[in-house]
Amino acid sequence: MSTPGHGSILPGRLEGLVFEAGGRRLIDGFDLSFEVGPRTVILGPNGAGKSLTLRLAHGLIAPSAGRVVWSAPRARRRQALVFQRPVMLRRSAAANVDYALALRGIAGAERARRRGAVLARTGLSDLARRPARVLSIGEQQRLALARAWAVEPELLFLDEPTASLDPAATRAVEEIVNAIHGAGTKIVMTTHDLGQARRLADEVVFLHRGRLVEHAPAERFFAAPATPEAQAFLKGELLW
Amino acid sequence: MNEFSQAFGATGRMITTLDRDLVEIVVLSLRVSLTAVAVAALVGLPLGAALALLRFPGRRALTVAVNALMGLPPVVLGLIVYLLLSRAGPLGVLGLLFTPTAMIVAQVLLVTPIIAALARQVVEDLWTEYEEQLRSLGATPGRAIPTLLWDGRFSLVTAVLAGFGRASAEVGAVMIVGGNIDHVTRVMTTAIALETARGDLALALGLGIILLLLSLAVNGTAFLLGEAARAGAR
Repeated sequence: MSTPGHGSILPGRLEGLVFEAGGRRLIDGFDLSFEVGPRTVILGPNGAGKSLTLRLAHGLIAPSAGRVVWSAPRARRRQALVFQRPVMLRRSAAANVDYALALRGIAGAERARRRGAVLARTGLSDLARRPARVLSIGEQQRLALARAWAVEPELLFLDEPTASLDPAATRAVEEIVNAIHGAGTKIVMTTHDLGQARRLADEVVFLHRGRLVEHAPAERFFAAPATPEAQAFLKGELLW
Repeated sequence: MNEFSQAFGATGRMITTLDRDLVEIVVLSLRVSLTAVAVAALVGLPLGAALALLRFPGRRALTVAVNALMGLPPVVLGLIVYLLLSRAGPLGVLGLLFTPTAMIVAQVLLVTPIIAALARQVVEDLWTEYEEQLRSLGATPGRAIPTLLWDGRFSLVTAVLAGFGRASAEVGAVMIVGGNIDHVTRVMTTAIALETARGDLALALGLGIILLLLSLAVNGTAFLLGEAARAGAR
């Protein structure tokens, strides 16, 4: 667990968050806070606003109303986001990690040390010199995790990181996510996969149609969901 | 059609005997065009990327201007450079008129808009794919310029080759600012124009064939280098 010591960006809060596009309200005004510690899984059907919530929280897009508040400034530099389909630069796997480190001003021996460490921990050491774009989708997603891990973020967002992966690659990604969490990084992850949510969540944020419907510890959410929407979703009745 | 058979004969003779005047003309042509393209790429690629990525007042107007300059007639540009470099002109003291340097200057001005406009399109398309990832990693748009130029390198080769095509094929600008002086500023295209005017159509056509072969050689080399690099780096 990371300590909420001096200068941490956590806890972070989304306050009255609204996002509108094309005259439609896609995020419909909710509050949510990210605390140090638990793995937060944002759950909900397609179109619930899960990806938008991550992008708003990470500062990639600006809310139409409301605000995102972190406990320390320049929060995005202390976060990382792993996308559903990560963009790999046209260079080697190792150079992709180097690029992320260079942008955080990490150079020389420290850069080499971190690169070697994250490639080893994600099982990519043997592929380090391969062009990143010839790696399989599963390997690319592990490389995206390595690239995110290398900068040692306080908070790691993951946007449906296993949605395009087979079960073996999914398991590899989940193990890496747990390892990153174990090393002290707060995890906030979206998924529409109930099994994955049960495996990874310490707490669940359930979204539906841009609203925050339920926010509860994982055990309680799965055993006794408080809202009809969450009950229907857990029973596999698709909601729209 | 007699000119064609004579032209092939003339071409063959010039190449096999390595005619010294011909070699001189070919070397000067390549020197002028390749130097101009190199300078234009150094300016045009970052300029195009900056137009794609940076937001500043006048960006749209500049983009339209650069696109429009792609169609600038070489003779018009030649005339402008001529006026600037002529003895009475503002840059007359440099004494550059009717030198290869003047020809390079004119071609740089012709080619830079082409490379910049094509680079802008390539980088803008890449940015739609890369933007969120790069911003998440912490790259500012300015920092993304070299990244996207490098990642777009295979497409950008085509932009540079288009610039080379323009430079090696144009006659109007180099004729006006170079003057087509024998052994000083005569290049392939001005020699072709001269021989055509003198009525030696076979020689003119022969020079044309050699110019075509040169262009093929440059583009073929670029293609093979690109293939090799692509196989190595994807």
